[in-house]
Amino acid sequence: MTGGERWSWGLYPYAPQQAQVLHWRDQLAPALNKLAASKITTLPYGNGRSYGDSCLADSDQLLQLRGLNRFIEANWETGVLCVEAGTTLEEILRVSVPRGWFLPVTPGTKFVTVGGALANDVHGKNHHVRGTFGMHVRRFGLLRSDSGLHECAADENGDLFVATIGGLGLTGVVVWVELQLMPIRSNAIETINFRFENLHEFFALSDQYDPTHEYSVAWIDCVASGSALGRGHFTVGDHASDGDLTLSVRRKLVMPLTPPLSLVNSLSLRAFNHFYYRRQRERERHFCSDYDSFFYPLDAIAHWNRMYGPRGFQQYQCVIPNPHARTAIPELLRAIAVHNAGSFLTVLKRCGDKHSPGLLSFPLPGVSFAIDFPQREKLNRKLFERLDAIVHECGGRLYPAKDAHMRGVDFRNAYPAWTQIETLRDPLLLSRFWQRVTRDD
Amino acid sequence: MNNSQQHIVIIGATSAIAEACARRWAERPAQFFLVARNSVRLEQIKSDLQARGASADSYLLDANDLSAHAAMVGAANQTLGRIDIVLVAHGTLADQKACEQSAANAVAEIGTNGTSAISLLTHFANVLEAQRSGTLAVISSVAGERGRPSNYVYGAAKAMVTAFCEGLRARLFKIGVHVLVIKPGFVATPMTAGMNLPAALTATPEVVAIDIDNAIRRKRDVLFTPWFWRWIMLIIRLIPSAIFKKLTL
Repeated sequence: MTGGERWSWGLYPYAPQQAQVLHWRDQLAPALNKLAASKITTLPYGNGRSYGDSCLADSDQLLQLRGLNRFIEANWETGVLCVEAGTTLEEILRVSVPRGWFLPVTPGTKFVTVGGALANDVHGKNHHVRGTFGMHVRRFGLLRSDSGLHECAADENGDLFVATIGGLGLTGVVVWVELQLMPIRSNAIETINFRFENLHEFFALSDQYDPTHEYSVAWIDCVASGSALGRGHFTVGDHASDGDLTLSVRRKLVMPLTPPLSLVNSLSLRAFNHFYYRRQRERERHFCSDYDSFFYPLDAIAHWNRMYGPRGFQQYQCVIPNPHARTAIPELLRAIAVHNAGSFLTVLKRCGDKHSPGLLSFPLPGVSFAIDFPQREKLNRKLFERLDAIVHECGGRLYPAKDAHMRGVDFRNAYPAWTQIETLRDPLLLSRFWQRVTRDD
Repeated sequence: MNNSQQHIVIIGATSAIAEACARRWAERPAQFFLVARNSVRLEQIKSDLQARGASADSYLLDANDLSAHAAMVGAANQTLGRIDIVLVAHGTLADQKACEQSAANAVAEIGTNGTSAISLLTHFANVLEAQRSGTLAVISSVAGERGRPSNYVYGAAKAMVTAFCEGLRARLFKIGVHVLVIKPGFVATPMTAGMNLPAALTATPEVVAIDIDNAIRRKRDVLFTPWFWRWIMLIIRLIPSAIFKKLTL
């Protein structure tokens, strides 16, 4: 695995990376020492699910930790699990689900590593109930090039603990993570799906159903306009209270190669959004999903990111604080329509007021809005400028894990704690993202 | 094999293919006897399998110390009581250039990848023969099919293992002991990390482990993994020496 490959999930920006592939804990310190001796910065890299440049090394020389994927200790009575940082959520679920334990917080893909989930303090469909991933991390081991291995917890090396949760992998190499899992009695999710006609209805549904359900998320038809602006589907779910605990087994499809052109264009967008909105005729439908199709629908297509063609794509994800959500979200949708852009997957998710200890954690009490755009240099720049203005005017912010464009000044205003991360940053670790947003524009 | 716990010995338990196999076997009830020479890494593998619900013991051994084999095999037999599977997975990827320059290096590589496996197999064969059941699974290599200029010392050691097992299989088959020779092609492991392997032909240890698990259950004699190596090697074996010696392989 050397240059030539695309390393971030969005396949943009294109910055070939050299990776040192590590498999054992005892290889980490020598690898760091060697780089330190030659004064080359690096960045820990997991499974490459960050979309933009936060997973790319400024020096283009990564430490690949995916091979550190062993369980260290598991207590299946209490659900406390300690694993090496390169373990993916999928590898945990394979073992934990049959024993009645689930991840308390999971993002929309199970192919992220635990180290990556911690470094980006990821959230999921139950943010309003359980907050972020980092809030369920009890302790972790952090190896720094300047001071060795630190065990970090809320009450031990607390400054490194809060800086590393959401710290974008810059405060040291996370070696292992101890998690508290959540008990389940079934592998099924009892689901209710509502079709809604406009954004106003989305907010009403979210107000009504979020407080009484573990999971909630909405898909938006980003092509609809006028009185149908922001129509879509609102989904809530809860772990079924009994059933069996076998693993979900699904046939996996593969996007075998990158097509020469993006398959996402105005025609396919219009058709997809139209039909996807109409897939459910009734207003409300109750059914049972297995956890795999509820949480990880896109994981069923390996390499789905290739459908955007060789130029890749960018995901735009922001959070709008509650007081402004009802005005800013329609503005965002109208701006996207004006630029004749759009996406198959436009997602709204109400974030709750659970406050992560992570200094750079993304969620705010409000509404998170995420949408994918094929990479088109000029068009995206103009569109993102407009969207950024709307977001920042109302005190919202963008998600570093998804970002490949945000202006440094916007980042620094939205995340004032960045200076604390910079102070605690391991001098040997530097990402392209951090280099971009902490320097003057 | 019924649903009861499987008793499994793994030699070279820290190798990537062995680790992938062990994780797969740990999804069913399993008791492991894990053998390797790096104690820190061996303990990490043991903890991993225990966290997955298996029981596991570890045993330190340098496979090149042939005089220590009998004691290890005895300990394995005593710990497990009955042995269902022995996976012999230790090995090194020989530095061909170093082997060409030094006869000592060449003989040492034959020792690690060939002689030590034959010693271990001889010991375990007698244990399984006495209990009249079980599987001896050995990781050989497609490299053992032809002597290629780029790695003929490693290839010679693996050819030795393959031929030895063919005879051993015929001896033990009659009493119900299964001998499986595993011939992986390119596999992305720490052992091959420095090599520039063609991505389309390179498998993950997890894929190889699925094949090994199935081959043991179906009592296959020889496993090429992934499957297409059977056909690649068929063609390579058919190349006459007069042409083969002119190729750079």
